[in-house]
Amino acid sequence: MNKKYIPFILIGALLVLPQLGLSSYVLHILILALMWATAGMAWNLLGGYCGQVSFGHAAFFGMGAYCAGLLAHHYDITPWLGFLVSVPVVAALALVMGFIVLRLRGPYFVLATLAIGELLRIIAENLVDLTQGNLGVLIRRTWVDKDPYYYVILALALGTYFLIQRIMASRWGYYFVAIREDQDAAESLGINTTLYKTIALAISAVITGFTGAFYMNYMGYIDPQIVFSLGDISIVMIMVVMVGGVATPLGPWVGAVIMVILAEWIRSLPVIGTGYQTLFGILLIVIIIFLPNGLVGDLPKIKRFFKKEVPA
Amino acid sequence: MSLLEVNQMSMFFGGLAALSGVTFGVEKGEILALIGPNGAGKTTLFNCVNGFYKPTLGTVSFRGQKISGLEPHVVCRMGLARTFQVVKPLQRMSVLDNVIASAFLRTKTRAEAVDLATEILEFTGLLEDRDVISKGLPLGKRKRLEIARALATKPEMILLDESFAGLNPAELDVSIEIIRGIKAQGITIMIIEHHMKVIMSISDRIVVLNYGQKIAEGSPADIRANPLVVEAYLGGEA
Repeated sequence: MNKKYIPFILIGALLVLPQLGLSSYVLHILILALMWATAGMAWNLLGGYCGQVSFGHAAFFGMGAYCAGLLAHHYDITPWLGFLVSVPVVAALALVMGFIVLRLRGPYFVLATLAIGELLRIIAENLVDLTQGNLGVLIRRTWVDKDPYYYVILALALGTYFLIQRIMASRWGYYFVAIREDQDAAESLGINTTLYKTIALAISAVITGFTGAFYMNYMGYIDPQIVFSLGDISIVMIMVVMVGGVATPLGPWVGAVIMVILAEWIRSLPVIGTGYQTLFGILLIVIIIFLPNGLVGDLPKIKRFFKKEVPA
Repeated sequence: MSLLEVNQMSMFFGGLAALSGVTFGVEKGEILALIGPNGAGKTTLFNCVNGFYKPTLGTVSFRGQKISGLEPHVVCRMGLARTFQVVKPLQRMSVLDNVIASAFLRTKTRAEAVDLATEILEFTGLLEDRDVISKGLPLGKRKRLEIARALATKPEMILLDESFAGLNPAELDVSIEIIRGIKAQGITIMIIEHHMKVIMSISDRIVVLNYGQKIAEGSPADIRANPLVVEAYLGGEA
């Protein structure tokens, strides 16, 4: 079979999936997987390709979610407008954040992003007049059926995929990777590293904001502990990319499917289910030791491993 | 007016004067070698010129414009490129992608960048290695990759930091030819080098640094005969 048809077949399969009479639960899992794939791709742009590892992407996710939720809550405007409104809001947050953290390198950058994510959670908890604090925001969902949500998030995921592919083949893509590989070399080759890191952060943030806005629309309820969560949002985004494959186009998709299924499965287990974050931590350690490039990045290594097992 | 003018430049790290009051000019089209014992301040001088450091005192001007204090990417955009003594290839990118990344500075489309990069790989003799991931290149070729990347920014002047160190005799000859080729294109060169045979054969003028001060300047023949230089390298009589 000709290799170039594979993407079309995959996209076709994704399009017809909901028509196969899947249960509402399976569709829910698929929707979550697509949402995490999108968020993972967004994180991958900044963390994977540009090498700026963020532990604070919940800030953008939560901001997107609150943009959608608060419009509906306070002004009774459709929460879908949150997608539009979140663009300037999240981009502005990214620029402010970039101004503070992008001058830092390595672990200092990581810690600063982590702090900003937590900062926003605490702000959202305490601005009770605006956000209702820990009471959360409840909105009426547009559709009862899950199918429309599936197609919305599928469109977002595919759009993100092709956008990032476009970017990575362009000047920006080369500059992002150059910055990851050696910031001093990049700077001396005429690349304005601060500017291009800011661009990567802004694009990554806006897409993450979209996934947050989608989450609000789909789930109908958010509170600061959910959407600004370090453990359930920021770290899961990193896990999705690490498990799937850092700086690979398909890694976030693979990682998202695995992480969503794994999370559902572990949480359903008796007793140890409550400790799912601990298990995620162990999984992350195993991945870093044995598959540092993730399932997609280390595919040749995995193939070799299984070939060795089979006696020839 | 010289193309590059270093004027009374000093650089202090705490109480240590890495450079003190260094003044010289580089003329358009020449090869100027910067030599001196280890720790003389040669690389510090490059870092001050290309914008990694802001000199504590004094100024650097390029084409009559003050460039000291500007950021490295601005300096590069103005036409002053550099290579690093400790090579800094973009490790997980192929040789071609390394050069494309810098070729984008002067080109609009990806196709133009690829063309320029290919042309430069050919000039530096790296064309057959274009698909090699640069982490796997031997040192001699990594040094050449540094030069190729700097050339891809279409500089008017290029700073070469020990591009010959650690090369075997065959690689040396290749690199000397490349340097001569760069000069033939009208690009001005300032080079840091320890390899005396190379220096004496390619450079038009030499500036000698010792303990952060300029102790001599002149043609290769003058420098060879200069007692101060001999003393700096071989030690003075007690």
